[in-house]
Amino acid sequence: MEDISRRHFIASATTAGLALWLGLTSEGNLYKALDLASVNFSPFILIEASGQITLFNTKPEIGQGTFQSFPALIAEELEVSLDEVTIKQTNGEYQFGNAQRSGGSASIRNSYLPMRKIGAAAREVLIKAAAKTWNVLESECFAQRGSIIHALTERKLSYGALIQEAAKLDLPENPKLKDPKYFKILGKMSKRPDIPLKTNGSAEFGIDAIVPGMLYAVVYRSPVIGGTLKSFDATEVMKIPGVVKVGTAERIVGVYNYTGVAIIATSYWIANKAKEKLITHWDNNGFDKFNTLDYEAHLRVLAKQAGIVEKSVGNVDDVNLPPNGYLEAFYETPIIAHHALEPLNCTAQVKKDKVEIWTSTQVSSAVTGKGAGDMHVQIGFAPENITLHSLFVGGGFGRRLSMDYIVEAVNVAKLVEQPVKVIWSREDCTQHGPFRPMTFSKLKGGLSAEGKLISFEHKVISPSLQQSRDNSFDPSKVDLAMMEGISEQAYEIPNMRNSYVRADLHIPVSPWRSVTSSTVSFAQESFIDELAYKAKKDPMDFRLELLQKPSDAKKVLLKLKELSQWYTKLPKGSGKGVAVWEFFAGLGGQVVEVTCHKDKTITIDRVIAVIDLGEVVNPDNVINQMEGSVIMGLGAVTKGGINFVNGKVAEHNFYDSPLLRVNEIPKIEVHILTDGGKVKGVGEPGLPPFAPALANAIFAASGKRFRKLPFKLIL
Amino acid sequence: MISLTVNQKIYQLDVDPEMPLLWALREVIGLTGTKFGCGVAQCGACVVHLNGEAVRSCVTKCDRANHQAITTIEGLSKNNDHPLQLAWNEENVPQCGYCHSGQIMSAAVLLRENPSPTDQDIDDAMAGNICRCGTYPRIRKAIHLAAKLNGGKGDLK
Repeated sequence: MEDISRRHFIASATTAGLALWLGLTSEGNLYKALDLASVNFSPFILIEASGQITLFNTKPEIGQGTFQSFPALIAEELEVSLDEVTIKQTNGEYQFGNAQRSGGSASIRNSYLPMRKIGAAAREVLIKAAAKTWNVLESECFAQRGSIIHALTERKLSYGALIQEAAKLDLPENPKLKDPKYFKILGKMSKRPDIPLKTNGSAEFGIDAIVPGMLYAVVYRSPVIGGTLKSFDATEVMKIPGVVKVGTAERIVGVYNYTGVAIIATSYWIANKAKEKLITHWDNNGFDKFNTLDYEAHLRVLAKQAGIVEKSVGNVDDVNLPPNGYLEAFYETPIIAHHALEPLNCTAQVKKDKVEIWTSTQVSSAVTGKGAGDMHVQIGFAPENITLHSLFVGGGFGRRLSMDYIVEAVNVAKLVEQPVKVIWSREDCTQHGPFRPMTFSKLKGGLSAEGKLISFEHKVISPSLQQSRDNSFDPSKVDLAMMEGISEQAYEIPNMRNSYVRADLHIPVSPWRSVTSSTVSFAQESFIDELAYKAKKDPMDFRLELLQKPSDAKKVLLKLKELSQWYTKLPKGSGKGVAVWEFFAGLGGQVVEVTCHKDKTITIDRVIAVIDLGEVVNPDNVINQMEGSVIMGLGAVTKGGINFVNGKVAEHNFYDSPLLRVNEIPKIEVHILTDGGKVKGVGEPGLPPFAPALANAIFAASGKRFRKLPFKLIL
Repeated sequence: MISLTVNQKIYQLDVDPEMPLLWALREVIGLTGTKFGCGVAQCGACVVHLNGEAVRSCVTKCDRANHQAITTIEGLSKNNDHPLQLAWNEENVPQCGYCHSGQIMSAAVLLRENPSPTDQDIDDAMAGNICRCGTYPRIRKAIHLAAKLNGGKGDLK
């Protein structure tokens, strides 16, 4: 366990003696080599002559469980348990490729077969090597717990003893994957190997990095987002014992460049306190007139525009429906912050043309990569001169897809010779973004006389994620990220037109767990419910009628119908609501049951959450993720957003930007569908269905329809 | 000079007596298991025991801890085998794991005071500890399990 808590690993310098590396070339072909330095491929397995087996996890561990689930795919096929191997987290080393990132619930859905294939190829080549060594048939040999065994004679050779022979053999191109009925790891409830480290303080998060001689820094950023630094006076700051240096540092967030004033001291506490003595002057560029309330009003006006069509099916303008068959509604969601509990932080040491970085990031290979969008462009170091230590991440949720805090820390480190750990206060994290953008939705549906949904329109009015993050974004085009999932639902609607109205915004925005699905699903799946009531149909039946063809979404709804005993009447004042949402990350659906009390308060009696995965690695971890998603979803519904007053964020810390606490959580039941098919993601699909299922349940119980987030659980 | 007895070891620190204990532990002594989350006693990530009582080390001045006994997550047990640690592992509680030092340290005081807490008791005692990943259902389960593992005794160290 000691080894994985100090996961500082440089690939080329670890093996003693002969070692066999197995992995993939950049074209995705299986490859092996005795010497890693000589070839260009990404290893995922290292077998040393001593028998020591190392599996590389390229996906930063942000709480989603990849420290187990990713190597588990290999271990299953390699016939080793995770207790018998060392798991090493990669640090963005060039060798390990440009997919060293955790985002989009992508780790397992993209790696399920490729990683198994690597493990299976290794197993097959080791079997072949043993058969050759013993001069027996391959079919008489099998792999078990890191050794190949000859079944007839019970002779046994460890993988380590076979690497030299294996190295001479060709890897199979299409190794035979195990029959799932023989799985020992995949699909089984199991313990995550990082958990013991997280119960005794030994897990090393970015903020825990200790570099000899390091200093600490805070950065004072423009309180008005978008303000530019005119001047500062640090005379009083420099008088404080422990303050070492004050200077400016640039931070780049997507298309925005900000300059702040860094205070470097011998302790974070000294540096943070010294902010009070710092005098700064800013040019607010007019952004100090920005108010959330005005901006929301502006979005409501923009909603009258036609927008750019994202997808059109049939012709919504050419349907012949009864005039009273139409329904329109308008939904609103707020800006929110990510609030990962580990405050943003990064330690950096600059030595001439080299920089060494210790941090928690979701995108290791973008920190060190050679691509045009990678970080070297922003910090002015050659990519090969950037060394990263990618440590445990105390919550990602999309915030640590952005590298702004790393860029800023590197710039702070340029001011001194010593290593510097830059820590953001909670107030800094709350107030400086990037944030989840708000989305407003204008919806219109048309029903036939029989109550069948014939036409559907969803117009999103919002700032653009792409425009905030990418200088090459063409504002005349639809930002597809803002239309996420809207046109992907399985509902069979003959006429549909979905469109986008982009609103300018000077505030940096970024993905937040489940991205735009966390907001537009609230609008769309609530509105589907509204249409069901207008059609005088049960909301579950109404949805299923729109799903005549077989689909995964239909499967999820049918499961929810069964698990919730949907038609069982609840007492007066109680009600059930359902919602389902499919998007790039995956598919989930939920039924929420609520009771509305005489004193107008609403309690959530239970949440039934179904996730369709195709295949599952560790069901217990999926349950944990789903429970967490529902809780995060409930927090996003009930806890308020980020509000701007005179250009500044009005919220500061958890006292005025609260998160859900243990006494506020509902009862959650999780069901995982794993009947094969497309492998889908785990980390995000639990969020989008929650808000609409809750709002739909409240309507069923009370007749009151909530169309604006956040809302309190009060009628 | 501030003298702190941390996990039964004595440290003499040349720090400002106003410095919060959190930073003395993390930056001066180098015990990083205790976490910074909010700095204003809102999230509980920094909970340690001061003479056996749970305190928020982010707002506890070194001066108050001077010559006092402090236990951090690193000192809760020698082998990660405090009933709460065993229960946390058994129930696979953490996700990102960042808040759990504080969760466990708060729960340890709860169990000492109330060896068999109800859900309501747990909610009352643990509402000061935020888990952004939302592992609360498992925190509850693990506290019940730890209570069971400890046989309902109140003398958890």
